[in-house]
Amino acid sequence: MHHSITRSTSESRIAAVMAIILVAALAAAPWWGSTAELRLIGEFMIYLSLASLWNLLAGYAGLISVGQQAYVGFGGYMLFTCAIYLGLNPLLAIPVAGVLGALVSIPVAFLVFRLNGAYFAIGTWVVAEVFRLGFAQISSLGGGSGTSLPIKVMKAMAGSKWMREAMIFETALLLGIGTVLAIYLLLRSRIGIGLTAIRDSQIASASLGVRVERIKLVTYVAVAGMTAMVGALIFITKLRITPDAAFSVNEWTAFVIFIVVIGGIGTIEGPIIGTIVFFVLREYMADLGSVYLMILGAMAIAIMLVAPKGIWGYVRERFNLSFFPVGYRVKLDTEKALKPTDTPGGT
Amino acid sequence: MDWVNAIVQGILIGGLYALFAAGLSLIFGVMRLVNIAHGDFIIAAAYLAYVVISATGLHPLLSLVFVVPVAAAAGYVLQATILNRTLGDDLLPPLLVTFGLSVILQNGLLEIFTADSRKLDAGLLDIQTVSVLPGVSVGYMPVLMFMTAVLVIAGLQYIFYRTALGRAFRATSDDGEIAQLMGLDNRKVFAAAMALSFAVIAIAGVFLAVRANFDPFMGPARLIFGFEAVIIGGLGNLWGTLAGGVILGVAQAIGAQIDPGWQLLAGHIAFLVVLAVKPRGLFPRIEG
Amino acid sequence: MSDPILSLGNVEAFYGDARALHGVSFDLHPGEMLALIGSNGAGKTTLLKTICGLISRYGGDIVFDQQNLSGTSASAIASAGIALVPEGRRLFPSLSVEENLVIGGHVGRTGPWNLVSIYELFPILKERRHQPSTSLSGGQQQMVAIGRALMANPKLLLLDELSLGLAPVIIKDIYALLPRIVGQGLSAILVEQDVTRALGFADRFICLQEGRVALEGAPGSFTREEISQAYFGA
Repeated sequence: MHHSITRSTSESRIAAVMAIILVAALAAAPWWGSTAELRLIGEFMIYLSLASLWNLLAGYAGLISVGQQAYVGFGGYMLFTCAIYLGLNPLLAIPVAGVLGALVSIPVAFLVFRLNGAYFAIGTWVVAEVFRLGFAQISSLGGGSGTSLPIKVMKAMAGSKWMREAMIFETALLLGIGTVLAIYLLLRSRIGIGLTAIRDSQIASASLGVRVERIKLVTYVAVAGMTAMVGALIFITKLRITPDAAFSVNEWTAFVIFIVVIGGIGTIEGPIIGTIVFFVLREYMADLGSVYLMILGAMAIAIMLVAPKGIWGYVRERFNLSFFPVGYRVKLDTEKALKPTDTPGGT
Repeated sequence: MDWVNAIVQGILIGGLYALFAAGLSLIFGVMRLVNIAHGDFIIAAAYLAYVVISATGLHPLLSLVFVVPVAAAAGYVLQATILNRTLGDDLLPPLLVTFGLSVILQNGLLEIFTADSRKLDAGLLDIQTVSVLPGVSVGYMPVLMFMTAVLVIAGLQYIFYRTALGRAFRATSDDGEIAQLMGLDNRKVFAAAMALSFAVIAIAGVFLAVRANFDPFMGPARLIFGFEAVIIGGLGNLWGTLAGGVILGVAQAIGAQIDPGWQLLAGHIAFLVVLAVKPRGLFPRIEG
Repeated sequence: MSDPILSLGNVEAFYGDARALHGVSFDLHPGEMLALIGSNGAGKTTLLKTICGLISRYGGDIVFDQQNLSGTSASAIASAGIALVPEGRRLFPSLSVEENLVIGGHVGRTGPWNLVSIYELFPILKERRHQPSTSLSGGQQQMVAIGRALMANPKLLLLDELSLGLAPVIIKDIYALLPRIVGQGLSAILVEQDVTRALGFADRFICLQEGRVALEGAPGSFTREEISQAYFGA
């Protein structure tokens, strides 16, 4: 019997071509879009990135954090510090914030990794609270009432308003698309195979020699660094930072968790679909205020109870689709061999 | 004397934190579930008491006669209808479902009661104080709160180790599969544990509302205080939970004495220090 | 002959998608001791768990005491009068010896077994009644596991690998007590690695092979070779 092993699928190749066209069109948005459209797409990219990162952490590494706002806020504050006190160009300060975020996550991991499973989640929340209360004590960054990015810092980035907006937009696009691509490539790598194994069974993967704790630590630190970069970008667009906004559990963690759960946890496509759903809902229901939040919460609960793999998990099971083929598929040459009743190697 | 006074107040507030912690610790012990909405249910219980008192004019402590059974029933139903369906090998569903509940509760309370903060008036109990040391006097209410915490924990301890229900809790926690063969229905045992946890939540909610102002968004911080008390005291040890609450309360009081901005930070730091030095808590349960 | 206390008709059981039992049928009569033998993975423990209601995905009929158990929860089956002494004993570690016994009586059935009669059967347990169950020796733990099952005053007792991990002399002691337990209306299914010992106690035996009944009958009616062939397969 002939067979070949392949990763790509015909739908994944079509999707790749369409994605390239879409990204190219988005990259040209500063030339065709209004300021409001640029902001919306930029915000979409920010949530896409945060959701993909949280999904990597919770959906693959099994690290359910409700404290990722610690790194969003930390990144934001590092950006303000670098830009205001070191005179760094804000865009260059983004990677610096990322490196600092990754560094600070190492001692944090040392502490929170001592907590198991569910208690880990609350432990990460405590850390985020410590960050919030800590930054509120730093008077040179405005203490509890926060601080603004001086105009001259923004002017130093680029002279014209259009140029600044375009630069911020392209950075958001780079972070959003870059995060998804980076996670895709990571999951295809050796570490990714380990992560997928952890997702499927932690005990089995440990017994097969996957260094579970080490892979989890590396993932936690990498996600913290990336999250800090996104945080830095967020507060360039907001121009103002306060401890409450920087370390908001609702905005940087609750929304993100809902996006991932609704889209489909433990898949690359899930956060993309979830972000689209989130923005569509927000467009129509954000005026409802707190009722909108209740609906989001109820949706997440309903999905967890009825279809725990989210929208994408449901679609994938029904249609056997995969746009980001991470695993391998065995393709048999004879159609007869595809019948499930045939046992492999039976001929 | 300021310092002694602050520490005495911190010890007494530790009783409230122990009440936050006891319900959390109980359900984790029985079914390994961490209820992220625990703090929000405490606040919801405070609002329930507020409604009962507004309607009847009862004293807050008497309102417990109504609030405790209603909360326990709500806990039973919540577990039987929703949370039992999330339990299994995967940690994610119970965490995310209770996280969703937390967001729903906060915003639901906001819709109904607005963001205005409220307080329950305990009358004379609020004002009267007793002198414990020269220059140090404590209010009746904090003392009553601490004594209630001791009683609640003693009661839970009794239920856990001296009654058939407690035996069922421990057996189900040890080995859920074999426990079924003893005629125990895991789902009912879990629902009973949640009912008990909610009874404690109700007591905690009323005392919280008598002690200070409350608003719809105070829940997560109460969850965190309770959680910190559990971890400081040591998992699975109810009396340790009381000690954890007291340590947290004293740390916060000392922090506040240094600088008001350091009150919460000092509590969190005490927790992180314990986590770094004794990750199993100060008084871990000795495994037999 | 009286009505069977337990009757299995074409029972199939699944672990996920894997089928562990393929159409097992047999009857068990009141007071009868049935030995269930077979190599590792033949489906013996699975069969016991299926009868107890611990395996929710099964096909076929299990009728106990004239009641079809299909869709009945494990806790309701326990209350109906089936008790299991599980493989590896599985006592509740956070319960004392006496609490382990008392919780066995939780189903609320009455009969000859209570704390007094259990302590008569196993006097050592009375001495150790307040100790944690984990502090006992393996043999004593097995006594607690048997006592816990008896406290339910079952009509059917399922005994899974009583001798697992125990010293030969202790195994002998425990088996010596079996005649005092089974009989007088109590039926039992005994799973045991030691085929000779199992057949010595049983009225009848069933040999499972890869989830199917390979041989069935009275111990004396087959030669060793026939049993051995059913046990190991051709």
